[in-house]
Amino acid sequence: MPVKVLDFWASPFGVRVRVALAEKGVSYESQEEDLFGGKSDLLLQSNPIYEKVPVLLHDDKPVLESSNIVYYIDETWPSPKLLPASSYDRSRARFWTDFIDKKVYDAGRNIWMGKGAEVEAAKDEFIDVLKKLEGALGNREYYGGDQFGFLDIIFVSLSCWFPTYEKYGGFKVEEETPKIAAWLKKCYKRETVAKSMPDSQKVIEFVGMMRKMHGIE
Amino acid sequence: MEKGNKGVQLVGFWVSPFVHRVKWGMKLKGIEFEYIEEDMFNRSPLLSQINPVTGKVPVLVHDGNPLPESSIILEYLDEVWSHAPLFPIDAYQRAQARFWSKFADQKVLESAWLTVCSKDEIQEKAVKDAIGHLERVEEKLGGRRFFGGDTIGYLDLMMGFIAYMLPVWEEVAAVTILDALKFPNLAAWKSNFVDHPTINGDLPSKDEMLTFFQWQREVHLQRI
Repeated sequence: MPVKVLDFWASPFGVRVRVALAEKGVSYESQEEDLFGGKSDLLLQSNPIYEKVPVLLHDDKPVLESSNIVYYIDETWPSPKLLPASSYDRSRARFWTDFIDKKVYDAGRNIWMGKGAEVEAAKDEFIDVLKKLEGALGNREYYGGDQFGFLDIIFVSLSCWFPTYEKYGGFKVEEETPKIAAWLKKCYKRETVAKSMPDSQKVIEFVGMMRKMHGIE
Repeated sequence: MEKGNKGVQLVGFWVSPFVHRVKWGMKLKGIEFEYIEEDMFNRSPLLSQINPVTGKVPVLVHDGNPLPESSIILEYLDEVWSHAPLFPIDAYQRAQARFWSKFADQKVLESAWLTVCSKDEIQEKAVKDAIGHLERVEEKLGGRRFFGGDTIGYLDLMMGFIAYMLPVWEEVAAVTILDALKFPNLAAWKSNFVDHPTINGDLPSKDEMLTFFQWQREVHLQRI
């Protein structure tokens, strides 16, 4: 059954789907969406409520929302398992996935979209979120324990935007949360992650363009 | 590995729809548990111990291990107690259920709650938004008895607040969101839901909900 992904090169949520499919060794067709020029009919039909990427189409049936898509990928292609073995650990992974989804991207967005004093407040909030996630990692190699797993995919994908937040927020992830910086370095050595992430310099340029569009600079 | 015997506790607040979902989920699956009421306006140290990250209810404690977030708890229940499943079996249907449960909370519940906490133009917009979101839910439900099909399931529990709490919010806010004539599918589902034997005997008192949410509305309007 064919697999197609509607994606956008800079989307950290798209990265999640790329990494998950690569971890499972699933081949798929990727369709790049022009989010500013005109979304495809397929995207508008597949995701009429939010009109967002990524969308996974499995045998033409759409699965929406990146975390949902990664759950679906894990359930549909069982090997290797991305979620942890025990029910309780799986639930903790779901909890932190939910936390990451609700907090990280929006806190980061407030940094690069913010004006004046808003930026400082947004930076503090973002660092606070990161500190909580650093606490959740503890002394483990990965969020998945000894092995790179589900929660690592969910979180590492967002890091392609971290240099952007660092630039506009005036901070360094390595100084604020060194354990997270170390974990990121480990993840970037993984082939599935390295080939799925967009160039962070290109992301910075892209965000610069968006700031102009929104009249921030 | 031997199962521990510290049992199952549910820490909740009497009027929270997020707590109700979990309570009903456990009853549907026949899971025995101890309910611990937490006064959310006078929180005990227990809550910050078992849910230091968000400090919210519900929190399930199983064998001494805490787990917050209603949708995550429901998924955990299905994994540990695999009989009487709440979730669909098929992976695609599960993905659909997860998507719509987020829609229920982030769109329907948020906009409906805003009508209670606001007035004038903000309230008018919230009503329009809530109606728009419900139109999508109406279409999703179609003519089925429950979101789960013939039997009540996860998505019914997540959407459940629409059946018994939304009417209270509409009364408190003096607005109409779920007009039975415009939403025949949801109107029928509402009755199926509240008449279900597990739900029916275990709904919070309408008068107590009215008093609570009237007070909440006053508090929120004072802040504006």
